Order: sequence, then C-alpha cells, then structure tokens
Amino acid sequence: MSTETAIRVGTDVVAVHQVAESVERFGPRYLQRVYTEHEVMSCRGTPAVKAASLAARFAAKEATIKVLRPAGHQPDWRSVEVRRHSEGWCTMALSGHAAALADQAGIADLAVSLTHDGDMAAAVVVALCRSETGPHEGGEDA
Amino acid sequence: MDETIRTILAEHGHLPVEVAKIGDEDDLYQAGMTSHASVNVMLALEDEFDVEFPEVMLRKSTFESVAAIRVALGELTGS
Repeated sequence: MSTETAIRVGTDVVAVHQVAESVERFGPRYLQRVYTEHEVMSCRGTPAVKAASLAARFAAKEATIKVLRPAGHQPDWRSVEVRRHSEGWCTMALSGHAAALADQAGIADLAVSLTHDGDMAAAVVVALCRSETGPHEGGEDA
Repeated sequence: MDETIRTILAEHGHLPVEVAKIGDEDDLYQAGMTSHASVNVMLALEDEFDVEFPEVMLRKSTFESVAAIRVALGELTGS
C-alpha cells in the first residue's frame, strides 16, 4: 500500500466595486446568502475596506470551488468559509456538500492566500490531495 | 418572462456585450458573466419573481443562458 499525492490550485479575482454595489443593492440578504457570520464579522472598517475584504473572501470561495471541481450542483457559498485567525492569517473551513467533495477528492489540506489592491481582490487556494493505492487495487486483501 | 430576465441580466449581469445581442441559448459565462455577477442575477430574480433558489439549484447550469433561467423559474413558480 502506498500513498500518492497531487496538488490542485484554484484562483479567482473579483472587482471590489461590484461587491460594494451588491451590499448596497441587496443588503443583509446578499451577505446572508453568500457569507458566514464569522466572515461578515471579520470584514470590518469603512464600507470600502469592508467591500475589499468581502471581495477577497468571495474570490477565495470561488477558488476553492475550482479546486473541488464539482460535477453536479455547486456547494452553498456559505459551506466554503474563510476563517480569519487572530494573528491575521486565514484558512479555509468546509462543511456540507463542500466537505463531501473534498473527501471524495482525497483533499487532506487546503491553504489560502488573499489579497486586494484598488478595485481588485484575489485569492489563491492550494489543495493537497492524497489517495491510497496498493498492489491489489480493486480486489480483496489477501 | 424573457424580457424581465433580460432586463435583470442587463442590470446585474455585468456583461461586456449588449444583452439584446445574446441569444436565448447562448452561454452567459462565455459571454463574460462572472460567478459573483450570477449571485446578483439570482437575488434580483428572487426579488422580481418572489421565489428563492434552493441550494440544489445553485449550479452554474441554472444561470448559464436565458433559456436555462426561464426553465429554472418555471420550476420555482410552477408556470
């Protein structure tokens, strides 16, 4: 029995002003359908700063979905969460359908990096996938 | 219904082309609609048609064309 590893990478960019428009147009309903309570609480500051932080998180969600490669329906946006730690760095936390897709893909770890500058926010997500293979793959153990 | 869908796409789809030039079956993502824009389109459709898209309909194919959106709304409104 051996373990094979593979790496998947996802990336996405989001226009900050479009997120600001969504917050203004749809208000709490936009926030509640897309972001977790933790994510909304993590995005503080002026409306412009908050929009940039939300945009980076949306980019991270989309980058993660690219890594998960869903064949059917996409995971709920809220099931792909950016967790901000007290020191400032972030990790991804999956639940529900997103977590199931990660399990199916053998994703053992996810790393994320967020950034924003001016009107653009971006995220890169890297996944480490592990799958066990053996000499009797598909058959019974001796 | 199609005219309302097109009005919402023009307002919220952030498409780089005129919605009038997009055919019913044309792929909206290939035409330039982003995932984030599709969220806005979904919320605007919910407001306009008084429906809520369930999680199982949150797939790219639901919003990939005018025709696909019409079919999804038909399922939600029963029309």
